[in-house]
Amino acid sequence: MHSFGYRANALLTFAVTILAFICAIASFSDNFSNQTPSAQIQILNINWFQKQPHGNDEVSLTLNVTADLQSLFTWNTKQVFAFVAAEYETSKNALNQVSLWDAIIPEKEHAKFWIQISNKYRFIDQGHNLRGKDFNLTLHWHVMPKTGKMFADKIVMSGYRLPNAYR
Amino acid sequence: MDWQGQKLVEQLMQILLVISGVVALVVGYATESFRTMMLIYAGGVVLTTLVTVPNWPFYNLHPLKWLDPSEAEKHPKPQVVPVASKKKFSKK
Repeated sequence: MHSFGYRANALLTFAVTILAFICAIASFSDNFSNQTPSAQIQILNINWFQKQPHGNDEVSLTLNVTADLQSLFTWNTKQVFAFVAAEYETSKNALNQVSLWDAIIPEKEHAKFWIQISNKYRFIDQGHNLRGKDFNLTLHWHVMPKTGKMFADKIVMSGYRLPNAYR
Repeated sequence: MDWQGQKLVEQLMQILLVISGVVALVVGYATESFRTMMLIYAGGVVLTTLVTVPNWPFYNLHPLKWLDPSEAEKHPKPQVVPVASKKKFSKK
């Protein structure tokens, strides 16, 4: 500690080390938050259901997504990324997941929402397996922190079925 | 800065920074505001800088006693006699 430069360097290094500790503890505190999210998805309409020229099935749906993700926000949350995926099984793949809609929720106030839209991303199968197919609609979310670990979870809603014939 | 001052500076720096960190964390968690935590910590770092980095007078209360120049002249440094270097023959 014999010179100005030495002391300034020591202070800066120690301050940054302590900052790293603070951020690690802040991230760790996220484990203690009580999270009770809820969601519901309704399929209002099947707009059309066709086989494309390449042979793949495609569906267009109108969805009504209602969700309350407010309890996911902690003091260390920067934003929540939520998306809806259709999940189903085919003879070729044990699990197919097709993302239909997503959103970035930047604040707690916007996390309780109701939205009615047609699917943002196209629901196209690898093949022509969708007629009469039972599928789940799952709302996934990623809680993105300001510092530290990202948490991801989902709610699975089952019982949806596509029509037996193209429309 | 003298030796006692340097020791004091090191201790003060560590204690002040750790306390800033702890206070920042506790207040930030209690108010659920990440921003508050960062601001308190930044304030603590600035305060610590002002206290420990400049050469304040209270760090120089035990100054080192150097010899007077006149005292040094009475006891001159001993002269070193150069020794003839011995050549070493390498074995072949």
